[in-house]
Amino acid sequence: MDQDYIKQRLIEKFGEAVTGFESPYGMLTFEAPKEMNLKVLQFLYDDEHLKFRFLTDLCAVHYPDNKGRELAIVYLLHNLVDNVRIRFKVFSPINEAGAAYTADIYTATKLFEAANWLERETFDFFGVNFVGHPNLKRIMNVEEMDYYPMLKQYPLEDQSRVDKDDEMFGRGGSVI
Amino acid sequence: MSELQHIKDPHIVLPDGSIEKTTTTLNLGPTHPATHGVFQNILEVDGERIVSSEQTVGYIHRAFEKIAERRPLYQITPLTDRLNYCSSPINNMGWHMTVEKLLGITLPKRVEYLRIIIMELARISDHLICNSIVGVDSGAFTGFLYVMQYRELIYEIYEEVCGSRLTTNIGRIGGFERNFNDIAFAKLEKFLAEYPAVLKEFENLFNRNRIFMERLIGAGPIGADRALNYGFTGPNLRAAGVDYDVRVHSPYSSYDDFEFEVPVGSTGDCYDRFLVRNQEMWQSLRIIEQAYAKVKAFKGKDAEVYHADVPEFYLPKKEDVYTKMEALIWHFKIVMGETEIPKGEVYHSVEGGNGELGFYLISDGGRTPYRLHFRRPCFIYYQAYSELTSGGMLSDAVITMSSLNLIAGEMDA
Repeated sequence: MDQDYIKQRLIEKFGEAVTGFESPYGMLTFEAPKEMNLKVLQFLYDDEHLKFRFLTDLCAVHYPDNKGRELAIVYLLHNLVDNVRIRFKVFSPINEAGAAYTADIYTATKLFEAANWLERETFDFFGVNFVGHPNLKRIMNVEEMDYYPMLKQYPLEDQSRVDKDDEMFGRGGSVI
Repeated sequence: MSELQHIKDPHIVLPDGSIEKTTTTLNLGPTHPATHGVFQNILEVDGERIVSSEQTVGYIHRAFEKIAERRPLYQITPLTDRLNYCSSPINNMGWHMTVEKLLGITLPKRVEYLRIIIMELARISDHLICNSIVGVDSGAFTGFLYVMQYRELIYEIYEEVCGSRLTTNIGRIGGFERNFNDIAFAKLEKFLAEYPAVLKEFENLFNRNRIFMERLIGAGPIGADRALNYGFTGPNLRAAGVDYDVRVHSPYSSYDDFEFEVPVGSTGDCYDRFLVRNQEMWQSLRIIEQAYAKVKAFKGKDAEVYHADVPEFYLPKKEDVYTKMEALIWHFKIVMGETEIPKGEVYHSVEGGNGELGFYLISDGGRTPYRLHFRRPCFIYYQAYSELTSGGMLSDAVITMSSLNLIAGEMDA
């Protein structure tokens, strides 16, 4: 089963909706509208030739400069029989700051049990609301946290030290 | 209390109209000695029978993915150490290979074989810990103490190569930090000579031990379908009868040059997981022997190759830094993290000690990853713990946890 075949099957089924086919470093990657994520996953799962029945990974990526498509949810699927991996992305606009969630995406937990915690993790770090998730609550961070730390608007602190006052080290001229 | 309906004969009988519950809530963890790490299982037990359970993780979350967004590539290696710290060399190598895939670096064969030796040693030490802890949790302490000696020998080999033992930070992007010295090879030879007898004796202690079998057989079983749905990988998936092994399915680091078998179980219970891991240690030994033979076959100049030629990412020799302009520039750029990474997105996975350890790296052409996601096998399969233990006995829950090879560091990232 080669990538052209998978691409062809997807286009046959979904037509114009599936776009952005490429294969960076040999892995077929494509995207679909976010409302269709479950339909595409279900099709990939059920199809008797495609058989993408193993969810290897699920994560989100935040592109703040990508207006209207700020959040990407990336599914990494594996057909263990033919040993083919594909990467499937859905992009979503991000909700305004202050909203309870950053985006709404249908949950894949009905299809893959493995998606449960992966989605919780994605919710925890990116604030994606997985609609229909059985237990969508924070998993790594404390429940009281009121922001989503992996979003790009929360940069890590600068590594260069500012707490060291040069005056204390005999170099003088601290900037205040 | 709908989930309790299947209990026909609850041990606690309440008077009519009582608002008390008929089960007891028991916290297994977060710091219970039998959890071998910081995570909590909230069990609902009826007598000693587990009715339902819920897991809490995240007690040692250290935001590796976020930190990695501000680190040059070589500074991310120490973060990977702290994922599955029972086999950190595999994590290190997995990370190096991900970067090498992104950069398009091909390694000399000798380096790949050396990596395989280190990775298989790490697998042995990982399985050794896991299996001997299964022994400890079922009441057999001897095996654990006996094999520690050989884990120590493995750690001494790491020490000869990279200087540290647990969080190894072994290897560099493009190869190793230094060539293996004679002591490392001598220790490897000692290991290869002595370990088979030890592993045999370890198996003699456990495999057909009546008490051990009674405790493990049927505890925490899972079928192949459910295991796949839960995203199981590694020995736990193979114990359920699926022969998925990253080393075979997507060979990396020249694993396809070696002959080895992928042991599988059938029932997916603790006993099968134990046996699969033991068998994998034998297979790892086979791989190490073959790899060592191949390494020894390199003669002359070829026998001194321990890294690829990637000046942008591989630190030059110290004496060159002091005497050669170019080396000085590279040294500075690497140490200050000023080398740009090509744009791209890459997923690479290795067969870690407890499953498929994946690295999803997105680079936007800057000096640090734009996004790095670790596929952490035990985080994914620990979800099944509730299903594995519900309906079983409390003692099975403890043994299931140790036989799943859960590492809190990896789970929490």
